[in-house]
Amino acid sequence: MKTIDLSTASVRDLNQALHDQVKNLEEREWVVTHPNGAHNLAVGVNEAVSVDIQGHAGYYCAGMNQKASVTVHGNVGVGCAENMMSGYVRVKGSASQAAGATAHGGLLVIEGDAGARCGISMKGIDIVVGGSIGHMSCFMGQAGRLVVCGDAGDALGDSLYETRIYVKGKVESLGSDCIAKEMRAEHLEELQELLNRAGFNEKASDFKRYGSARQLYNFKVDNASAY
Amino acid sequence: MCGIVGLYLKNPALESQLGKLFEPMLEAMTDRGPDSAGFALYGDEVGDGWVKLTLQATTENYDFKALIAALESKIAAPLDWFQNASAIVLKIKAEEAVVRAALGELAPTVRIMSAGKSIEILKGMGLPKEISKRFGLGSMTGSHIIGHTRMATESAVTMEGSHPFSTGADLCLVHNGSLSNHFRLRQELRREGINFDTENDTEVAAGYLAWRLQQGDSLKTALDSSLQALDGFFTFAIGTRNGFAVIRDPIACKPAILAETDDYVAMASEYQALSSLPGIEKAKVWEPVPATLYIWERGART
Amino acid sequence: MSDSNSPKAPPVLRESATFDRLTIQEIQRAAETGIYDIRGGGTKRKLPHFDDLLLLGASVSRYPLEGYREKCGTDVILGNRFAKKPIHLKIPVTIAGMSFGALSANAKEALGRGATIAGTSTTTGDGGMTPEERGQSQHLVYQYLPSRYGMNPDDLRKADAIEIVLGQGAKPGGGGMLLGMKVTERVAGMRTLPIGVDQRSACRHPDWTGPDDLAIKIAEIREITDWEKPIYVKIGASRPYYDVKLAVKAGADVIVLDGMQGGTAATQEVFIEHVGIPILPAIPQAVQALQEMGMHRKVQLIVSGGIRNGADVAKAMALGADAVAIGTAALIALGDNHPRLDQELKKIGSAAGFYDDWQNGRDPAGITTQDPELSKRLDPVEGGRRLANYLRVLVLEAQTMARACGKSHLHNLDPEDLVALTVESAAMARVPLAGTSWIPGSQY
Repeated sequence: MKTIDLSTASVRDLNQALHDQVKNLEEREWVVTHPNGAHNLAVGVNEAVSVDIQGHAGYYCAGMNQKASVTVHGNVGVGCAENMMSGYVRVKGSASQAAGATAHGGLLVIEGDAGARCGISMKGIDIVVGGSIGHMSCFMGQAGRLVVCGDAGDALGDSLYETRIYVKGKVESLGSDCIAKEMRAEHLEELQELLNRAGFNEKASDFKRYGSARQLYNFKVDNASAY
Repeated sequence: MCGIVGLYLKNPALESQLGKLFEPMLEAMTDRGPDSAGFALYGDEVGDGWVKLTLQATTENYDFKALIAALESKIAAPLDWFQNASAIVLKIKAEEAVVRAALGELAPTVRIMSAGKSIEILKGMGLPKEISKRFGLGSMTGSHIIGHTRMATESAVTMEGSHPFSTGADLCLVHNGSLSNHFRLRQELRREGINFDTENDTEVAAGYLAWRLQQGDSLKTALDSSLQALDGFFTFAIGTRNGFAVIRDPIACKPAILAETDDYVAMASEYQALSSLPGIEKAKVWEPVPATLYIWERGART
Repeated sequence: MSDSNSPKAPPVLRESATFDRLTIQEIQRAAETGIYDIRGGGTKRKLPHFDDLLLLGASVSRYPLEGYREKCGTDVILGNRFAKKPIHLKIPVTIAGMSFGALSANAKEALGRGATIAGTSTTTGDGGMTPEERGQSQHLVYQYLPSRYGMNPDDLRKADAIEIVLGQGAKPGGGGMLLGMKVTERVAGMRTLPIGVDQRSACRHPDWTGPDDLAIKIAEIREITDWEKPIYVKIGASRPYYDVKLAVKAGADVIVLDGMQGGTAATQEVFIEHVGIPILPAIPQAVQALQEMGMHRKVQLIVSGGIRNGADVAKAMALGADAVAIGTAALIALGDNHPRLDQELKKIGSAAGFYDDWQNGRDPAGITTQDPELSKRLDPVEGGRRLANYLRVLVLEAQTMARACGKSHLHNLDPEDLVALTVESAAMARVPLAGTSWIPGSQY
């Protein structure tokens, strides 16, 4: 196990060490102490290492992650796991806006709440939020699954493409072209699998499914007011 | 485009350490705002019939002593004052309007940064570290304080263009974001008699609040109506005589984070500005939701 | 003879200047379809441009350089403010960002080939990096756009520079679009979209807004790429004085400034023609911002939007640009709007020299299309050779003019080598009206 103390080392030291170490893979377990809300922690990691961040992180924590498992024992700032490709990011606290933005793959678990624009333009990632999510979440969501054990804010799934959204609690309002959909057996199955993988003791049957009505896929005069 | 910080003490025992607790918060926002910085300190209230003003000279080595002497001979009223770098804090037993009129005549180049019972606004160009050192922030005492670090977007980098902006007696505003309808609104507010010193968009927001309050709005009503009147992006922190308030625009792209313990309520653009506060590990930390007013005032929480 | 017997003068029809034929046609089109007009290309209206400036050749007071023996350098280094691996180009003319999706794979490959032969860079676009393009491009700039279609860290590490796109000259403040006929299986796959949708791209980045947050985003990309790659910031010209200052404060290595003449694959006509400013007034504002910060030549300035010939290159550089970028002109060099396509273009309601329906994917030149049969018409090797020829001409022309002004490097052209033909262009370019020392609007 290798410990990097950010009260003495810089974020640059941390990321360079993580990137360099990927070449040899001598150390798979990393611990980061005293993060104190610093930005860009463990970004661009490209190997199956584990990184344990012991405190709050700032913007873009685990940004563009590939293969690594990153755990944050605290809250994260804007754009946690943005554009993640693969791997696993777990936030023990809450996340600010744009968590999992544009991410292509992997699993992001947020035990607390996520702010506005959670999963904006998501492209294949799975996001499971233990608490509630803010407004404009999953805006232009393209692929992947967004699971919310609490409530969702205004305009959920606005201009949605093919992301499947599951919400247990109340949805403040649905965005343009997002509708409630029937929960079929395959949905119950994939949702239960995601909840189990995220480690949440929840029943898939308590959730509702939302998806794209696919009415805005091609420009039509009658939909002009929705744009 | 900037960093915002605020600290409101619930525990009066900490008032002697207000500046010491706040200084690292302001300096942590240097990357968000390297051009200029400032803060509004609340404390050391003046008594009935008195008013406290903060004045800033816009020229080097301004002779405040001569100004005070001239003021004393113009208004026969008890007064007390002290100088802090390029600013002075003036306490005087007189009507605010009378003092303003006298100062306008005697020293048209001196800017009145704030007026009220409690507020002192100190700001200037330079890195946050330089500003806190210039005014001796670390040793200041008081009940609450809000501050700002500025990355200038369009209007000039000047002392006047720095935040906080006064919005009336004991009221001030700091802003992170960019307003898109400030030009026309400034013209309308000028017709309503509101004065502006800069081309800064935040000054228009401050002027709007000052105008609504003059029209008899409560702070809550004025801030709620600002959601309609102001277009663009903003996170505002507003200092009041008894506390402070936070509000974000409905789109809420600009960041904000709040933390509360038994001892204090703190607000910042980023968590890293809060990380130096005692007991922050155990604090309740959350983000203010869009278009919703949060107010903490002595005695009550809304 | 009475008047009634004299022949009548033929009637003269008077066209309204306000409601001219084009305007009438557009109102009729809008009334029929209920949707705005979308097209490709840049603005078509006449604007103050480089043609309104002239270079002052040497004579007695200044001495010119000889054509061959006396060198006129053309190279440029981009991104040496922070990046460990700046880009060194042989010529100061780069290829602007254009997406695979908007353009065919063959067109993208041809751009890479042409740029590489000429010793310059080419740029990806919305939708990611193709292997054809990476393979054929010696210097490849990878665009980082609001949509992040096809964005991935492997390609980020493969890139030679990263261009964070805030806007485009054709549509500052607007997002992108790619209509369904071009969203083929491959394009849709790269962008993770259903095949055939009218794809929209966001106008704001999903995870940052404003310069304070941009600074953190730039730091993230630098961290991911270990501070090796130059980071460009591309701006659509509207308030370049402020935008350039803020991009520099946020940490950019290079500013790319695109004027309103800059092309687009698909944008509302009203947006193309009415939003943003021409490149001519944008350059002096950007240069002033850089000079005030002590960053001119330290943060390099690449300008684009209507660059057509070596005179435009020389004049843009004289105004203070470090390099220029071409888009529309490069497509024309590849064969866009070629006269031999006239008959085919007429069948789809256009004509050679007028074709701008780049959004609909029916380009008979095989450039702005995803149709496999049409795409085959563009041979990437032949296209690359044509582009390289054109780039050579641009540089030779610019060198010719620079030598005439006595310059041994294109970078030594300066505003004092320029005069303006019109009051408007003198005011915008901040150079004197020819034959006078008058720069309208300047402080005395």
